[in-house]
Amino acid sequence: MAVEVIRTVSIVSGIGVFLAALLTLAERFLLNYGMCKITINNDRELEVKGGNHLLGSLLQNGIFIPSACGGRGSCGLCKVKVISGGGPLLSTETPYLTKEEQEDNIRLSCQVKVREDVAIEIPEELFSIREYTTTVEKIVDLTYDTKALYLRLKDGEELSFKAGQYVQIKVPQYGKVTEEVYRAYSIASSPLQKEMIKLIIRRVPHGICTTYIFDYLKEGDKLDLNGPHGDFFLRESDREMICIAGGSGLAPINSILYEIRDKNIRRKATFFFGCVEKRDLYYTDEMKAFEKQIPDFRFVPALSAPREADNWPGEVGLITEVVDRYITDGSGMEAYLCGSPGMIDACIQVLLQKGIPEDRIYYDKF
Amino acid sequence: MGISPFVIFFASIFTSNVLLTNFLGMCSYLSISKDLKSSLGLGEAVIFVMTVTSVLNYLVYQYILVPFELEYLRFIVFIIVIAAFVQLVEMILERFMPNLYYTLGIFLPLITVNCAILGVALFIVIREYNFLQSLAYGAGGGIGWTLAILALAGIRQKVDETKIPKGLQGAGFAMIVTGIMALAFIGFSGILAIQ
Repeated sequence: MAVEVIRTVSIVSGIGVFLAALLTLAERFLLNYGMCKITINNDRELEVKGGNHLLGSLLQNGIFIPSACGGRGSCGLCKVKVISGGGPLLSTETPYLTKEEQEDNIRLSCQVKVREDVAIEIPEELFSIREYTTTVEKIVDLTYDTKALYLRLKDGEELSFKAGQYVQIKVPQYGKVTEEVYRAYSIASSPLQKEMIKLIIRRVPHGICTTYIFDYLKEGDKLDLNGPHGDFFLRESDREMICIAGGSGLAPINSILYEIRDKNIRRKATFFFGCVEKRDLYYTDEMKAFEKQIPDFRFVPALSAPREADNWPGEVGLITEVVDRYITDGSGMEAYLCGSPGMIDACIQVLLQKGIPEDRIYYDKF
Repeated sequence: MGISPFVIFFASIFTSNVLLTNFLGMCSYLSISKDLKSSLGLGEAVIFVMTVTSVLNYLVYQYILVPFELEYLRFIVFIIVIAAFVQLVEMILERFMPNLYYTLGIFLPLITVNCAILGVALFIVIREYNFLQSLAYGAGGGIGWTLAILALAGIRQKVDETKIPKGLQGAGFAMIVTGIMALAFIGFSGILAIQ
């Protein structure tokens, strides 16, 4: 009996061992692409290990392609022009690329695998994006679910950015999260203050990054980030400004207000800040201070569903309704929007109706 | 069993079509048959995997399981062999035919659990085929399966624009078409019979 069991087990195991060995060898020889060369803008050359995604291979070499989703193929931001190599266009990319982009060999770098020598073109300014290691100076509670994170750069280092731009935080492996991920957050501090930046982070239930920041990160810890990214920033003009933000969308507007204050920019500006109820509001005192420091600046907080206990004296209603009440003729105005896609799309509709031209509505959806 | 491999080959395509007479491999047949291109891609993969695994499984059965009197272990062994082979094919495609690899996507690994593949391997054992008969049956079975999915995909593409009652759209309609196709294939059964 025992002999029979041993024989049976060893024969079946033997078949399994043989097949496993075969597959291991195949993996070793078939999926080993050796070193591949990435040529960037006909100028720089990188040697990378083949078989990985282009986005990650570039990242390892200090070239940061903007990506909000961290390489999952859901944000469509990491577009690069692939001149040669890179294989056929994949069905995972087509939803994010227009016909013109497809004809122009634009690809999503998080989907393209480096299996051979590849030549790509990327905007020169991406080279100025760098990785910084910062120290968490302090973490401040702003509301029950929103924190301000003050990050100090290393001595002698500076992060130069335009007010409104964002950085990507690298979340290391922690707890059950086995992979590093990157998440984008707007800088809330003044662009004149380059040795320390402030981020405003609102908790996302079960979010990989916000869980890390809320439950794991302590003052004094190191945090890696890269940036600055983004084309949402204060434009030079003297038009009247409308700023609209919801929740943690206040961050880039905060930075823009610092710039206006610190550079003595003379512009009429109104900032509409939409929240659900009073416990979601923060920085009301700071905004009141801006009203004193910046001539012609007005802060309009609005609650969409204040509680009885809130005793809210201010504006009530969806932010779009409040904006609708305040603006009559928008033809000479410029708008800066930051918030959820739903909020931004709804606001754009209202602003267009008010006569603000589409090319003067700048926004940052998250 | 003295049936000529040629007879088995043609019979497994037409009269004893593994899909239309045994109704094996229905899940991918119903879900991937929305357009001709991916049906053909999947069909090619099935032909290849079915042909090779039926031969491999025949050899494993005849030269390992039978001598050691372990015939009763054939399910687990056949499935390991099929899974390993699909894995190998996936690696080969990724390396040498990335285009096809991306077109097939998730369908390729799903072939591992395509019951038509295991079904063919088991029929070979039950009907006591020899090597050439197994080869013919594996290849014919794959081609027959592909023929059936291509026919269904073609019909589904054609009727895409017609009005189908709501309750019958999608899988319901595909089942009716499959039933009628199976009837049509029975028409061939007078010509050849292997079971």
